[in-house]
Amino acid sequence: MMDFAALIQLLDSTVRLATPLLLACLAGLYSERSGVFDIGLEGKMLIAAFASAAAAAATGSVWLGLLAGIFASLMLAGLHGLASITFRGNQLISGVAINFLASGLTVLLGQKWFGLGGRTPSLEGAARFEPITLPFAGSLAPVPVLGPIYSELISGHSILVYVAIALVPASAWLLYRTRFGLRLRAVGENPAAVDTAGVSVTGIRYAAVAITGILCGLAGAYLSTALAAGFGREMTAGKGFIALAALIFAKWRPWYALAACMLFGLLEAVSIRYQSIDLGFVMIPVQFTQALPYILTVVILAGFIGKAVPPRAGGEPYVKER
Amino acid sequence: MGRMPKWADAVLVPLLSLIIAFVISGLVILAIGEDPVEALKIMVTGALGSTYGWGYTLYYATNFIFTGLAVAIAFHAGLFNIGGEGQATLGGLGVAIACLMLPWPHWSLALLASVVLSAAFGAAWAAVPAWLQAKRGSHIVITTIMFNFIAAALLNYLLVNVMRPRGQMDPASARFPAETNLPDLHQMLGWIGIPFAKGTPANVSLFVALIACVVVWAIIWRTRLGYEIRSFGKSEKAAIYAGISPVRITMYAMLISGALSGLMAVNTVQGEANRLLLNSVEGAGFIGIAVALMGRSHPVGVFFAALLFGFLYQGGAELALWTKIPRELITVIQALVILFTGALDEMVRAPLKRMFLASGRGGQ
Repeated sequence: MMDFAALIQLLDSTVRLATPLLLACLAGLYSERSGVFDIGLEGKMLIAAFASAAAAAATGSVWLGLLAGIFASLMLAGLHGLASITFRGNQLISGVAINFLASGLTVLLGQKWFGLGGRTPSLEGAARFEPITLPFAGSLAPVPVLGPIYSELISGHSILVYVAIALVPASAWLLYRTRFGLRLRAVGENPAAVDTAGVSVTGIRYAAVAITGILCGLAGAYLSTALAAGFGREMTAGKGFIALAALIFAKWRPWYALAACMLFGLLEAVSIRYQSIDLGFVMIPVQFTQALPYILTVVILAGFIGKAVPPRAGGEPYVKER
Repeated sequence: MGRMPKWADAVLVPLLSLIIAFVISGLVILAIGEDPVEALKIMVTGALGSTYGWGYTLYYATNFIFTGLAVAIAFHAGLFNIGGEGQATLGGLGVAIACLMLPWPHWSLALLASVVLSAAFGAAWAAVPAWLQAKRGSHIVITTIMFNFIAAALLNYLLVNVMRPRGQMDPASARFPAETNLPDLHQMLGWIGIPFAKGTPANVSLFVALIACVVVWAIIWRTRLGYEIRSFGKSEKAAIYAGISPVRITMYAMLISGALSGLMAVNTVQGEANRLLLNSVEGAGFIGIAVALMGRSHPVGVFFAALLFGFLYQGGAELALWTKIPRELITVIQALVILFTGALDEMVRAPLKRMFLASGRGGQ
């Protein structure tokens, strides 16, 4: 059986792996809650991961890298907004296009700038987000049970991990306790009513899509400058879609999103650590663990265990005066 | 409200979108310091300049015809099937089972078996999301995306743990018996005395794809089911009022769509690789989206759009071979085509429409 130290390690890597999912999941939350479906989370994360690593490699500063990542992701978010809000195009198709655009452009530009077959140079020192040691982590470490939990599981992550966790209550507050949040949710459920009240549907939706862009930028920057030390082609490897799955699993709610992302992060950590799990009576192959987030999402979408109801106006462009 | 002439809607709008996509791609090539005109020359020579190039272009086009038709028929029913990737993966499993289970005496019989099984497997993989959409209201786009990933994991498991021959390292099935190998275009055109380059992957599946185009056209515009699919896609409410069952139409449209995606595997798995590999679909399921959008969901349009993407694929490979432009340029072009013919369609269409309406008024 697994000992305590191994459990702490597993949970530690769960937090690490759940962070990009959580950032992307919260990103999707804003857009989808405002009625703009976004299956382009993957693409925005990918281009942000690339831009962050490229800028960090060029300037030696991870903060400039982060800014570049957010900027790149915002560009694609703007494109998605243009297509799905201004020109009332199909939001799903726009998302597909954005994923391909990011997938192609990152390799094209990476090859042109660095000539490493789409990779960026390895980042080190100030070009990466370093782990932060929380106060007293060293002195508390010998304390039984709580010591390792504090010093290894809670302390020692990069700043973006803490930002991601802090964004959960912040998002819950913004969405449920502020005027902007109320309007954002209303625009996703009944845009005509919001319009009648004299609030610009277009404005709110663009704002939501922009927040999505910024958060996807954080997610991508985390991947290439904190979790890994540089960009590799297709490095998001479907994480944007797992985040999307987590968003549905969380029924488009911030706190549930945290739980869903942690669960999916744990599944990923398990599948990396153990090839297959022997339960005595049955062997669970690693592929099953990898597919479990998707299977769970389908089950929840099917409504057999709780029903996930998307925002009512999701996917529909708003046409004024009809 | 006035309307544009039909030809403008069917030909001019997609063509204009395509031109915009290509101009931007040209700018991208310029931006990475290469010559777009030279690049185009290399692509045309490499993909269309010899029967060898054509062999590859047609091979890729065959894939895209299948996946394009699959997306197109779902579009007609107002459904967005983004799961072509997973359905084609399962189709590959069907082909492998068909080719490995029985000792076929002749390729034509093996082809028949693999066509049936690949279509059945692809349809079965589409059936679950379709049923969930029809009966439980689960959004089909999300479920088909999830099923793509589940299919990849399933195939990975089967290849590593079940289908891999003893002692073989790479995750792939056993090689199919030689009797199941499909004749390529060199052999087939040789029967009627037309010279065609040896060693290209284009094979008899191309003709299966062409038959599929005709069958899909007939289903959509010449059968009662097709009429029901189209009315359901145009207006769900009106269709229900007319007594059309939404469950039935969603299921049929998605089953046909999944079957078409699955058929793609006949070309890649039996026609080219002769064994089942991990990633034999290689994104063709997604290219089907671009093809269906460009082809305006009409089989004739899909055929030409598939040919265009076949050209882009083979041309892109040539570019990567002769210049410093990576193959991923094609991914960018593909993204731009999807963007302009799909999501930004209105941006291209609206000014054209205004132009037509203005000139129409002037003439009267």
